[in-house]
Amino acid sequence: MENNVYLYILVMVLVTYAIRVLPLTLIRKPIRSRFIQSFLFYVPYVTLAVMTFPAITQATQSPIAGFAALVVGMILSWFGASLFQVAAACCGIVFLLELFLC
Amino acid sequence: MNTAAYTRTVPRKTALAQGFRDGIPIALGYFAVSFSLGIAARNAGLSAWQGFLASLLVTASAGEYVGFTIISIGGSYLEMALMMFIANARYLLMSCALSQKFHPATGLLHRLAVGFYVTDELFGIAIGRDGFLDPYYSYGAILIASPCWSVGTALGVIMGNLLPLRAVSALSVALYGMFIAIIVPPSRKNRIVAAFVLISFACSYGATFVPFLANLSGGTVTILLTVIISAAAALFFPIPQKEDETDGK
Repeated sequence: MENNVYLYILVMVLVTYAIRVLPLTLIRKPIRSRFIQSFLFYVPYVTLAVMTFPAITQATQSPIAGFAALVVGMILSWFGASLFQVAAACCGIVFLLELFLC
Repeated sequence: MNTAAYTRTVPRKTALAQGFRDGIPIALGYFAVSFSLGIAARNAGLSAWQGFLASLLVTASAGEYVGFTIISIGGSYLEMALMMFIANARYLLMSCALSQKFHPATGLLHRLAVGFYVTDELFGIAIGRDGFLDPYYSYGAILIASPCWSVGTALGVIMGNLLPLRAVSALSVALYGMFIAIIVPPSRKNRIVAAFVLISFACSYGATFVPFLANLSGGTVTILLTVIISAAAALFFPIPQKEDETDGK
């Protein structure tokens, strides 16, 4: 079924903006529930991790290159590389490996 | 309640210039990452204009990536709304923190404007400022970061067509590289976060082998796993309760 791209974008904008702006305008007090605080604390890391693996191995032509990018990215990031450096290194390693693998 | 007017530590123009300066490295990173986001948008069938529009109005790496995935599989609008909530739920937390960073007298319009651009990086530099947040500092950073993000996405849609498959393959991991750069540094500081990142990897990989889960769309699996794993983490390893911060301001 063909849905409308502009409606999709509208849904993206409305939900994302509501998430960002409601706490800024409505919630003037800190959240009290320890469970909700903890849940919100873990959500970003869990959701990004779930989205990263195994998807990164499927994004590249060779799954091995994608996996290597994951490992290299994690090591560099562990030792303090910036967001830009990590992203660039991941691209570089895939490009190099696929010269041989593909 | 302190109702005194907000006295700026620096003039508006200075705050704007400082924000612009701090926004430059963010903008460079955004440009590279949004380019790979543009490739995802192109794969979902979006035009350069549509990619530009989505990036200009949404400005969320993981969120947009998830959104383009939903568009490419023709998911429902409800699925889109749910996934946007899950993928961007971290902004809820950041926005809560940022609400404490505003002077209580900061007007609604400033809150609405700054709220439009709560991203990992812009939130990071805003929180890093001393004292109350001057909205003009954020505007300075937005002024350079937002155009780079939007134009980068549009170029990704256009150039993605012209680039050889080899280059597209390499660039498509830039986004994952950025996700890695967001989840690894906190994992280094907090062993529980590290453990749950690894558990998430394992569950996400494992889900591709479970017949029931493998039949669901990728977005639905992400929702299920995120809610279950985060709830388990919150239940068994609740974060230390913070002291009440300046209640009543």
